[in-house]
Amino acid sequence: MKQSTIIWTALMVLGGGFLIIRASTVGMGQAYVRLVQVEPEGSTVSWTDRLGVDPKEQNDADVRLSWPRTIGIWVAALCTLSIFSFLYGDNPLYKLAEAVFVGSSAGYAMAVGFWDGMINILFRNLWPELMRTTFIPGIDETQDANLLFLVPLILGLMMLWRLAPVGGWISRWALAFFIGATAGLRLLAYFQSDFVAQIQNTIIPLAVFFGDGSIDFAQSLKNITIVFGIFVCTVYFFFSVEHKGIVGKVSRVGIWFLMITFGAGFGYTVMGRIALLSGRLEFLFDDWLWLIDPVGKRIGL
Amino acid sequence: MRRTIPLLISSITGFLLIVAFFIPYTESWGNEVMNWFDIVAAFAFVLGAGSLLKMHLRKVSDRRAGWGYSAVTVLAFLMMLGMGLGKVGVPPSEKFPNHPFSGHYLHEGGAFWWIFQYLFLPLSATMFAMLAFYIASAAFRAFRAKNTEAIILLITAFIVLLGRTYAGEVLTDWLPESLAFLRLERLTEDTIMNVFNLAGNRAIMIGIGLGIVSTSLKVLLGVDRSYLGSE
Amino acid sequence: MLAFFENLDRRWIFLLMFLVVAAAILTQVKFPEKPSPMVRNVFRTIEDLPDGSSVLLALDYDPASEGELQPMASAFTRQCAKKKHKLFYITLWAPGVPMIQRSIEILKSEFQEYRYGQDYVNLGYRTGGEGVIKLVTSDLKRLYANDVAGTNLDDIPLTRNLKNIQKMDLIVNVGAGSPGSKEWVQYAATPYNIQMVAGTTGVGAPPLYPYIPNQLAGILGAIKAASEYEQTLLERYPELNENEKAQEAKRRMGPQLVAHMLMIGLIILGNVIHFSQRRREISQ
Repeated sequence: MKQSTIIWTALMVLGGGFLIIRASTVGMGQAYVRLVQVEPEGSTVSWTDRLGVDPKEQNDADVRLSWPRTIGIWVAALCTLSIFSFLYGDNPLYKLAEAVFVGSSAGYAMAVGFWDGMINILFRNLWPELMRTTFIPGIDETQDANLLFLVPLILGLMMLWRLAPVGGWISRWALAFFIGATAGLRLLAYFQSDFVAQIQNTIIPLAVFFGDGSIDFAQSLKNITIVFGIFVCTVYFFFSVEHKGIVGKVSRVGIWFLMITFGAGFGYTVMGRIALLSGRLEFLFDDWLWLIDPVGKRIGL
Repeated sequence: MRRTIPLLISSITGFLLIVAFFIPYTESWGNEVMNWFDIVAAFAFVLGAGSLLKMHLRKVSDRRAGWGYSAVTVLAFLMMLGMGLGKVGVPPSEKFPNHPFSGHYLHEGGAFWWIFQYLFLPLSATMFAMLAFYIASAAFRAFRAKNTEAIILLITAFIVLLGRTYAGEVLTDWLPESLAFLRLERLTEDTIMNVFNLAGNRAIMIGIGLGIVSTSLKVLLGVDRSYLGSE
Repeated sequence: MLAFFENLDRRWIFLLMFLVVAAAILTQVKFPEKPSPMVRNVFRTIEDLPDGSSVLLALDYDPASEGELQPMASAFTRQCAKKKHKLFYITLWAPGVPMIQRSIEILKSEFQEYRYGQDYVNLGYRTGGEGVIKLVTSDLKRLYANDVAGTNLDDIPLTRNLKNIQKMDLIVNVGAGSPGSKEWVQYAATPYNIQMVAGTTGVGAPPLYPYIPNQLAGILGAIKAASEYEQTLLERYPELNENEKAQEAKRRMGPQLVAHMLMIGLIILGNVIHFSQRRREISQ
């Protein structure tokens, strides 16, 4: 047997043993729900809602261990570890998790698009009576069908024709609508907010004074640096003139300003990524392994 | 005709939205177009999912390498979609108890909620959490102070990395008030972020803004037809 | 020794990163926070609004960014609830619907006096991205006829007379990308002069600085700002000190510190090895 196989087998056995012992003694990865009977007024229909609660409430009368959610926590932990296993090397477990992720993401997007796009906007306007009796009972009874919404329905079906073996060119019409609308929206938004407003924001006093008339050197220097920095960075991005001589020197200073910008961006990016990792590890150590209890979910257990 | 009509659609839609911004009488036309835009966006979701399904089904039927994983993808997709569209395990809305499908598709305890909470959420979050490891590896192998620009970038990164943690406070808190601007946390926020970063990003923003305006105009005037694909 | 580091398998670096972050989480080390002027500014923007003001909370993030952004969303919700602001929840991201639910759970568990329909409403998600912003700023009910529970907005006291969001006292956006904070600034805050604050991921924060202060009153950038914000909230409302759930970001600063130290160490070590190698090659 190879040495790596022996090491991995030993690690799996130890890990599995730890999980079994911990689960059967201290307990771990359990989820509890409170059963709430829902009996709407004036209706014979009633049902039981299951609301997640902290494990410390498990001794309450209407709180039960939830097997679906407990299994869910273990499945979530397995998914997390499967993805992390890629760090060691590509393996079937990771590929399986990735396949599930891709499929479930697409399914989620399509389901949400259907309910919150098609049902709540399109069909609500095209067939309000049908929607009122089925999915959206809250629709105003006086609302009539708006046949103008046949246009986006047709455009949408044109877009879906892209998947058909023939006639896929018709999807360009729907795409053209989408592109044209996006272009129209963004032209104004970017011009107003990212061009005019930015130039306005750059018109700042180069000499700042305190209330008593004395000059605020710190703020003045800051403002001068900001205006100078914007100028030199903009010169760097001006590629219609060759970056030689005085233009070259100015754009070099611009590059230095941009390097500081990117260095700050890098520092912030690192911060962001670490926080995501902390979040996942907190899930593993708190919700799954019950090794830590930072918010007191299991006080008294 | 196959290319003329989409060009016309694109131009009319875009210019209508621009006109609607300036002329109050046409504001409702612009709102109507935006409503259609939001609906077509929903169809785009369906198109995306459909394309994915098509690709993976083809892989399964052709028995190409890795077709088993494609089968898993299709299965996960159909399961998620089925649970979501069927609102499996979702009770009616409390306000409309006699309408079985009036509940929200993500109601706590429903099948769709379960798959989101215990499959999609951990997979999605962990995928992004992996970036922390790759950024550490990249820091060791790729970030080299080879020239002036790289040195400036790395020094700035060090200041920000220290300044945005307790370490920054501990290292420079002893500086007197007259030199408080040199304390790492103040240096990060007051100088680097509010001066240099602001200047650099504003220049970038102005450049991008102009670029977007010109690209949008090219699209609306029919000069840029790349979105129509080849003939 | 040098050869060892030159040929170091990157998996050792992965393991090191895992161990330092895990150790910090297991030891639950916390550090004191000193809120920065930017964070105090964001806090003051919400705090200075008269009690009962209308606040639009746009939570535009997904589970991938939840680790960084949920503490911000929670802190914003708590502060707004303390100030008895009227809250309108909305999201531009499909996976944002459960994220809104996290914040609403806070209202249900910690602010039982908050009543749905009177004090807060959940509008949910609609497809369209920036198209949604464009519509809610002019004619909201054209897009949102009902809330997430299917109730007609005309039947909800809070939204009965709501034509659009132009009269909102504040937009609070927590965004992970596009559509997000930038789009809210471009399509809502700038054209209609609506006051706005934002919370973003580390990646998204630096590019938003040009909008401050005229278009955006302030930003919380990354988990550090979230932690400082929680500290500011605790200083203003000391009763929250007993609520561990209100200190989620502060807990994450321990792992943050050790990971940052590791990153700096790795960069320095990497450069030392690189330049030693080059010197060796030159001398040969």
